[in-house]
Amino acid sequence: MNINVSLIGEAIVFGLFIWLTMKFIWPYVTKAMDERANKIAEGLAAGERGRKDLENAQVKATEILHAARDKGAEVVEVANQQAARVLEEARKESQAERQRQVEAARAEIQQELSRAKDALRAEVANIAVAAAGKIVEREIDPKAHKALLDELAQQIH
Amino acid sequence: MAGITSDEYIHHHLTYWTVGNGGFWTLHVDTLLVSVVLGLLFFFSFWVAARKASSGVPGKWQNFVEVMVSFVDSQVKETFHGKNKMVAPMALTIFVWVWLMNFMDMIPVDLFPRIAAWFAMPFGADPEHVYLRVVGTNDLNMTFAMSFSVFALMIFYSFKVKGARGYTREILFHPFNHWGFMPVNLMLRIVEDLAKPISLSLRLFGNMYAGELLFVLIALLLAQFTHGVTGVAFGILGIICGFAWTVFHLLIITIQAFIFMMLSVVYLSMAHESHDAH
Repeated sequence: MNINVSLIGEAIVFGLFIWLTMKFIWPYVTKAMDERANKIAEGLAAGERGRKDLENAQVKATEILHAARDKGAEVVEVANQQAARVLEEARKESQAERQRQVEAARAEIQQELSRAKDALRAEVANIAVAAAGKIVEREIDPKAHKALLDELAQQIH
Repeated sequence: MAGITSDEYIHHHLTYWTVGNGGFWTLHVDTLLVSVVLGLLFFFSFWVAARKASSGVPGKWQNFVEVMVSFVDSQVKETFHGKNKMVAPMALTIFVWVWLMNFMDMIPVDLFPRIAAWFAMPFGADPEHVYLRVVGTNDLNMTFAMSFSVFALMIFYSFKVKGARGYTREILFHPFNHWGFMPVNLMLRIVEDLAKPISLSLRLFGNMYAGELLFVLIALLLAQFTHGVTGVAFGILGIICGFAWTVFHLLIITIQAFIFMMLSVVYLSMAHESHDAH
C-alpha cells in the first residue's frame, strides 16, 4: 500500500476537472441539446400543421371541383334547352316562310292564270268574230254584237 | 529487458515513478502526469464541442459529445432525484476520465516505459531504473482520491440538505428508531459509510491491477519466442491470450468506469434523500 501525498494531489486534480466540466462543458452541451429538441418539436408541429392544412385544402379543392362540375352540367343543360328552343323557333319560322312563299307563288300563278284567261278570252272573241264573219260572209259590226261576243267570251273559263 | 529475470520484469512494471522521501511525502509523478494529461485531453476535446455547440445540425464530434452527455444525463436523472447542478457533470467527468485512464491498459505494457527510458537516458538516468506506470486507476492514491472526494461530497450535501440536526438524527436513529439503540446505530452508520468509498476505490483498483498484471504476464509469454520450439509455442499462446484478454479487458474498463460513475451518483443521491420521509 503506497498511500501518500499523491492522494491529495489527485483529489485536487479530480475536483478541478469536475469544476471545469461543470463550468465549461455541461451547460453548453445540454443547452444546445435542449434547443435542438425544441426546434425538432416545433418542426414536427409545423409539419403536422402543414399536413392538416394540405388535408383541408384537398377537401376544399374537391368541394370546389364538385361545385364547378355541377355548375358546368347546369350550363350545358341550359345551353341544350336554349339550342332546342332556337332550333324549334327556326323550324317554325322556316315553315312559316315556306308557307308564305308557297302562298305567294300560288297567288302569282293564279294571277298569271287569270291574265292568260283574259288574253285568251279576248283572242277567242276575235277568233269567234272572224269565224262568224266567215260563216255569215259579211262583216259583223263588232260594236253591234259586242254584247253577244262578251257573253260568249264569258263562257270560256 | 534482456538480461533480467521475469521477477525483475514484473517488479519493474509495478514500481511507480516517485519523487519524495519514500514515506507520506512521496509523489507518484506517473499517476499525476497521466491523470492530468488525460483529464486535459478529456476537457479540451469536450470543450471544443461545447464551445461550438449549436442547436443546428451537429458535427460528428459534437454528436459524440452529445451522446456521452445525454447518456450520463439519463443515468443521473434515473438515479438522482435531488436538485444539484454538480452531480451530472461530476458523473461525466468520472466516466470519461476513469475510462481514459483505464484505457491506458490497452496500450502495450512496454511502450510507454521504453519511451520514458529513451527520453531519460540522455539525462544520465539508468534505463533499468526509469519507472512509469501509465494506468492511472492502477494506483490506490488515484482511486481513493476519487472515492474520498465523493465521500466528502456525500457528507457535505448531507449537511447541506438535511441540516446538522437532520443529519445527526438520521445517523443516531437509523435503522433502529429507539434512543437505546443510538450507539449501535452510530457504529452501523460508520461501517456503512466507510464501506462506500473503500469498496468504490478498491473495486476499480483491483480490476485494473489484475488487468495490468495479466498483460505483464502475457508479455512474459511473448518474450519466450526466442527460446526454441517450446518458446514459440508459448509465444503463440501469448498472442492468443493477449488478444482474448484485450477484448475482454476493453469490456471491463468500460464497465468499471460506468460502475464508478453510477455508484458515485447513487451515494450522492442517498446523501440528498431524507430517511425521515419514509
